Amino acid sequence: MKTLNDLVDGQTAKIGSYKRTLGVSRRLMELGLMPGVEVRFIKSAPLGDPIALDVEGRQLSLRREDAAQILIQPA
Amino acid sequence: MSISQNPVSNTDRLRRVALIGNPNTGKSTLFNCLTGLRQKVGNYSGVTVQKKTGITLIGSERIEILDLPGTYSLAATSPDERVVVDALRGEVENLDRPDMALCIVDATNLQRNLFLAYQIGQLGLPMVLALNYWDSARKRQIAVDIEELTQRLGVPIIPISASRAEGISALKEAIATALEEKPELITPAWPDTIVQAVKEVREALPSENGDSLDDAVIMRGIFESDEAIFHRSGADSETVRNALEVSKKTLFKGGLNPANAEAVLLYRHIKDVVHPCISHDGESKHGGSESIDSLLTHKWWGLVAFLGLMYLVFQSVYSWAAPFMDLIDGGKAVVQDAVSGLLANWPMLQSLASDGIIEGVGAVVIFLPQILILFFFITLLEDTGYMSRAAFLMDKLFSWCGLSGKSFVPLLSSYACAIPGVMATRTIQDSKARLVTILVAPFMSCSARLPVYVLMIGAFIEPRYGAGVAGATLFAMHFVGLIVAMPFAYLMNKYILKTPPQPFLLELPSYQIPKIRDVVLKMYSQGKEFVVNAGTVIFAITIVIWALLYFPRSESVALEVEQSFIQAVSLENNWSEERTLVALAEDESLQTELDYEISSAYIEQSLMGRVGKSVQPVFAAAGFDWKITVGVLASFPAREVIISTLGIIYSLGGDVDEEAGDLREAMAGQTWQSGPKAGMPIFTIPVVISIMVFFALCQQCGATLAIIAQETSWRWAGVSFAFMTILAWLASIAINQVGSWL
Repeated sequence: MKTLNDLVDGQTAKIGSYKRTLGVSRRLMELGLMPGVEVRFIKSAPLGDPIALDVEGRQLSLRREDAAQILIQPA
Repeated sequence: MSISQNPVSNTDRLRRVALIGNPNTGKSTLFNCLTGLRQKVGNYSGVTVQKKTGITLIGSERIEILDLPGTYSLAATSPDERVVVDALRGEVENLDRPDMALCIVDATNLQRNLFLAYQIGQLGLPMVLALNYWDSARKRQIAVDIEELTQRLGVPIIPISASRAEGISALKEAIATALEEKPELITPAWPDTIVQAVKEVREALPSENGDSLDDAVIMRGIFESDEAIFHRSGADSETVRNALEVSKKTLFKGGLNPANAEAVLLYRHIKDVVHPCISHDGESKHGGSESIDSLLTHKWWGLVAFLGLMYLVFQSVYSWAAPFMDLIDGGKAVVQDAVSGLLANWPMLQSLASDGIIEGVGAVVIFLPQILILFFFITLLEDTGYMSRAAFLMDKLFSWCGLSGKSFVPLLSSYACAIPGVMATRTIQDSKARLVTILVAPFMSCSARLPVYVLMIGAFIEPRYGAGVAGATLFAMHFVGLIVAMPFAYLMNKYILKTPPQPFLLELPSYQIPKIRDVVLKMYSQGKEFVVNAGTVIFAITIVIWALLYFPRSESVALEVEQSFIQAVSLENNWSEERTLVALAEDESLQTELDYEISSAYIEQSLMGRVGKSVQPVFAAAGFDWKITVGVLASFPAREVIISTLGIIYSLGGDVDEEAGDLREAMAGQTWQSGPKAGMPIFTIPVVISIMVFFALCQQCGATLAIIAQETSWRWAGVSFAFMTILAWLASIAINQVGSWL
């Protein structure tokens, strides 16, 4: 199963479900990373981590470790 | 003045409006717009959250605005985050429940911003919505049907552009009306499953507790599976846990995941409510932000630009502040001289005024240039939106030890001075990451340590090993603290704070042009807060240390020194004592020499000197004699004091500096007076390194302790002091022992 962590620069995908549900997911969902929302992978930081995403016109950054918890459906 | 004119002026308390919103919604700009200079900053008791209030005038009524920390959600994972809910519910000590909430939302990102608004509305507070960035919403062709949205939300919605101060008077009017009419947000009709779960939790709690909680609070407890909310009502852990278990089962049965039920349900509701009211004409553009970012977060150029900017920030605090600090120092000396002249006949008063009071005021004011300059840049970086990019770039370097990229700027600033560095941690939202950064900051090699290194290296390393090794030593000394600090942060996070895994989330807001007024107000409020809070403590510490170095002071000490000095000089020159007395009266340098010896004798028999002598055995293993020990003790309020203290002890006067040849000579000539090492030099290379490492690691800065206490609590200031001092002591012993053995 692919996760947000597997995207490359410029690629878009729809958020599927969360691997780990308790605790961590609430924060991400409150920021709009809801299942079904389309996101675009902008780039990763120069040192490889974290990554920057476009979520409905907003730029959000999260660490790869957390991104790997979010499954995607190819857009 | 007529009281009946205004219905509220006969109550003694001001009506209070809580200002709340997501981060990056222009909340502080609006707060500054409403309150101007009428702001007050403090701390919520028990947590490390800044409490900001201000007064705004609406008509003739003074209304208090409580500026709550920016947040995406009311869901709390720590006591720090819970402050927002507690403040909204009126459960914070000395803080009444606000009369209404002024919720600021970003017009270009309505859905996500309304999430928080709905959570607040659920708590039953009257509300006004300020729709900020109205101008850029229009520019981006986002049209919001305000009339329709007002109908659907049930509260007044005022479009504003806080940065241009547009819509502020309409907003004030709406606040005044809302304070009377108390409009509340139309809360969503929660599905039966949630209603059922709330009912079950209420029933599971002992009735006297259950009754004291309203549905909204129980719902928050269920959504956050937060036991702490219920403990307030007095129920025991067992009961609360069981009640929450039951509610979770109910939610699962109803097809909801307790961990994200709120997000799923609320966003669904918001979508239904908001969608018909917004239209995007044309593609939503990413503004200029992404194109600016193609440079500023670029793989190579991004790092180059970052290093350049950080160099600028560091230089500003490190070098640009210097002339202002010299000016303050110079001014201090002028005032000291003037006052000393006035009080010449009262030596004790003279010393108290000059070395205690004026010195103490100077010790506070001296930090202002660095604080003001650093906050000028920090506010610029934050308000432009670059600060998040800096965190984005640097996060990888810090994530392994439990910190985040947001720690970079505070730690870098601490290389100049820990005071502004600790204050700069306010940019870190996560309270635990902030606390760890605060505790780590004093380990960074601040500029006050430099004189100590220069003195030691110049006196002992350079003459023996040459300039190359001296330079390398100086360079290495700047990393001692950092090397110790990072593992310390790691252990602190892992074993003491036991930080639960939190997703690192950073919004990279659109770039903005900062408002000069916001920058100036920030500098003003930070400076004022420092002087009022930390300043008083720093002042008090200076007076106490002055007293320890001054008392007891008996004339007989001076007479004795003078007697033996005269005898020594007579003997040396084969003069009669009368001849020496004449010489003493005529020769100023001889008089100065005597004065220095008297100060040295005074310091030796002062309380501090006596403590130093009796404490010396503690430092014996590190190779410190009683003179170094007194120097170390006297430097606890401020480490750079070691130079002048050593100057006094070695009878060179207190005006020596680290470059002074005579101080270096005096140190090189120091030998052990007794014991197994009698006659051997005190300052061996291991002792020299041991002293430098001691100064690198020790918490010898009263001002830093004061600022840590201001930003967290005295408990954490105590932890910092104890930990750093013990660590420094152990390290200096280890170095001297290993070094001597090699």
